[in-house]
Amino acid sequence: MTTATPSPVAADTVANAAATPDREQPYAALGLKPEEYASIREILGRRPTSGELAMYSVMWSEHCSYKSSKPYLRQFGSKTTEKMRRNLMVGMGENAGVVDVGNGWAVTFKIESHNHPSYIEPFQGAATGVGGIVRDIISMGARPVAVMDALRFGDIDDPDTARVVHGVVSGISFYGNCLGLPNIGGETYFDSVYQANPLVNALAVGVLRHEDLHLANARGVGNKVVLFGARTGGDGIGGASILASDSFSEGGPTKRPAVQVGDPFAEKVLIECCLELFQQELVEGIQDLGAAGISCATSELASNGDGGMFIELENVLLRDPTLTAEEILMSESQERMMAIVRPEKLDGFLAVVTKWDVETSVLGEVTDTGRLIINWHGEEIVNVEPRTVAVDGPVYNRPVSYPTWIDALNADSASALARPTTPEELREQVFRLLGSANLADKRWITNQYDTYVLGNTALSFPDDGGMVRVDEESGLGFAVATDANGRYCQLDPYHGAQLALAEAFRNVAVTGATPVAVSDCLNFGSPENPEVMWQFSRAVEGLADGCMAMEIPVTGGNVSFYNQTGDVPIHPTPVVAVLGTIDDVAKRIPSGWQDDGNNIYLLGVTREELDGSAWAGVIHDHLGGTPPTVDLAAELRLADLIAAANEENIISSAHDLADGGLAQAVVESVLRFGVGARIWLGEIIERDGIDAATALFSESTGRVIVSVPREDDVKFRGLCEGRDYPALRIGVTDSQDTLEIQDVFTATIDELRAAHRSPLPERFGATIG
Amino acid sequence: MPKAELLDPQGKAVAGALSRLGKTRFTGVRIGKRFEVTVDGEVDAALLAEVRELAVDMFSNSVIEDVVSVDVLDAAVTA
Repeated sequence: MTTATPSPVAADTVANAAATPDREQPYAALGLKPEEYASIREILGRRPTSGELAMYSVMWSEHCSYKSSKPYLRQFGSKTTEKMRRNLMVGMGENAGVVDVGNGWAVTFKIESHNHPSYIEPFQGAATGVGGIVRDIISMGARPVAVMDALRFGDIDDPDTARVVHGVVSGISFYGNCLGLPNIGGETYFDSVYQANPLVNALAVGVLRHEDLHLANARGVGNKVVLFGARTGGDGIGGASILASDSFSEGGPTKRPAVQVGDPFAEKVLIECCLELFQQELVEGIQDLGAAGISCATSELASNGDGGMFIELENVLLRDPTLTAEEILMSESQERMMAIVRPEKLDGFLAVVTKWDVETSVLGEVTDTGRLIINWHGEEIVNVEPRTVAVDGPVYNRPVSYPTWIDALNADSASALARPTTPEELREQVFRLLGSANLADKRWITNQYDTYVLGNTALSFPDDGGMVRVDEESGLGFAVATDANGRYCQLDPYHGAQLALAEAFRNVAVTGATPVAVSDCLNFGSPENPEVMWQFSRAVEGLADGCMAMEIPVTGGNVSFYNQTGDVPIHPTPVVAVLGTIDDVAKRIPSGWQDDGNNIYLLGVTREELDGSAWAGVIHDHLGGTPPTVDLAAELRLADLIAAANEENIISSAHDLADGGLAQAVVESVLRFGVGARIWLGEIIERDGIDAATALFSESTGRVIVSVPREDDVKFRGLCEGRDYPALRIGVTDSQDTLEIQDVFTATIDELRAAHRSPLPERFGATIG
Repeated sequence: MPKAELLDPQGKAVAGALSRLGKTRFTGVRIGKRFEVTVDGEVDAALLAEVRELAVDMFSNSVIEDVVSVDVLDAAVTA
């Protein structure tokens, strides 16, 4: 066999396009609407070349252009006050937001979806999801230090779920572990609404010194445009496969795979290479190549810079020499980066990439023509104004309609459901909840991830948030938590989004960190469904209002539409990631009990709020009513109270109450370190006027359980009174190996642990580690 | 075999190792259920013997694996 000699396929040139205005083009197969195609012709004043059509089609796709969501996302900018910007170094619109964490350090973080690839090919889909978000972090000049994943799978008992779970979890652990990044938490839910559309939202965090911050733009006429990293292949061309099978490339391979294969070792080298390039100041800016590949990188860099760029596309190093120009423009091959380099620094640049054994080619240079011009073997195949591709894409004000079903859903409250009253019933239901798919222990998943690699992890699963040390001298660090409750959002997307924000905020606060910034990944059904657009508009509004009320800015994120199983959209799932800072990770608050004889306090009040709860779902298979009330001002006061108590070092643990209510939180606190407790419900029942089932299972917000050493009891009570936050002593930790809920039941730690840990291994195989 | 367009990190790593060992006649390696080694020019007896040796010494772990066969394919089969 011999290597095929590349014979450049004659590309559709600009001159050819002008000469053959009537040639039919496969715009519909590329996902463009007739009016969008007409608009491209209008912008160019002629028909697009096939290369231009390829670029516009990928850049104007929902994924890249945010054409349905843009009008709503503007709220995140307009609802931002000066005070919210105080720590913000880079806000929305860049590869990732950057937050000042003090001492000259900054943290950058972002969460992004990789949902659809993860259903088609779970392993590679999830792996490349991690790879993609890590490259966003690198392009800001930061060193990636941690990853996290928010996952949603179908019904845990559906046979296809195991395929997706195994693939996604192995993919994440493969890529993240090979890269040497700790996975510090996240969340996993199972619900049949995600059956044919799992959600894989990957988050990455990077740290950098203030002076190392870099933005990706193409400034400086004459500066070189350099592509480096992996070679470009025919993978990930996706829906664009028509290009390959249509008239553009007779003779080329016919069917391109829509998924990509990642190489974490190549990415690791790329991380080190990019950091060295930044450190030696050899680059003006670096842009990662993700969705839409070279089309995206060239048009975005040019739009953000001096506005012009000239590229010779045949200089792209190829893995497959038969690729056409259009395919090269659209390829989503992984582990590639584009840099802008001053001509006098090119030799230094090449020396560094050679040292790291990273393949590199100079594609062209920055110009001041205001045009992005791409040549293919000397012929001009693209000549566009870059902003029309990257920035000024179509924007749709999609029809919005109030869902016909939602009033009936809201009226169907869980208050009508039969509640357990006898101790036996209560015990049985506590155990059923504990062993339900969503409340069960997730170590089957998280044990597959490296958690302590790099040696800076202070908190990780199963704590409420992950925490990582940034500065080894001072102990300065950050904490991150992600949350979203799709069931609440189905009932009320506005408050559901705020509940996600409140929970993530609380999860960060209970670690001892101060929440400072938000990144979000908004997963919804089809934007062409007016009822989904209503859910989306309400969720964005809720989140933007919530962020303003809590005074923490949204720094970036992503929107994922078209998540549905058949025609049925997923529950709206706005995953909210909150990042907090802590002066010294040694001051972190554990999430479980460690010593006997500590008093246990419940902060906050419990209302009869069982609508949308785990209890209603697990015991009665019910979803209806209105989600718990959310009081963001109270959440802020609660966070302040915990911070003050931690400052005085008078609390020994703090754990947030969320899904499953008090019962679940108490059991988790016991199981964290295997320390038992005695709990009494009488005073809660009396003070809040509720029954025992509500006390155990209600999901009222603004609640945290803390443990307080005996000697600090008076001080702690004084603190709560002084701040006027409701606090009730509900129990005491003890040295028995049991959890006793007085007058209800007693269970041994072993019984609780078995119920909590068994659900995932029963379905997916033994837990490792 | 992995689809021709897909990245094959395993094959890439082995191809890199071959060139570091000074085996310059090989232009590529892809690994699926078997190894496919691409060569520049015709496969002669000497080269085939070299590949057999590599299959035993490098591509396989002789403690746990056997080399089943080493065959010459023409370019049409792999394209």
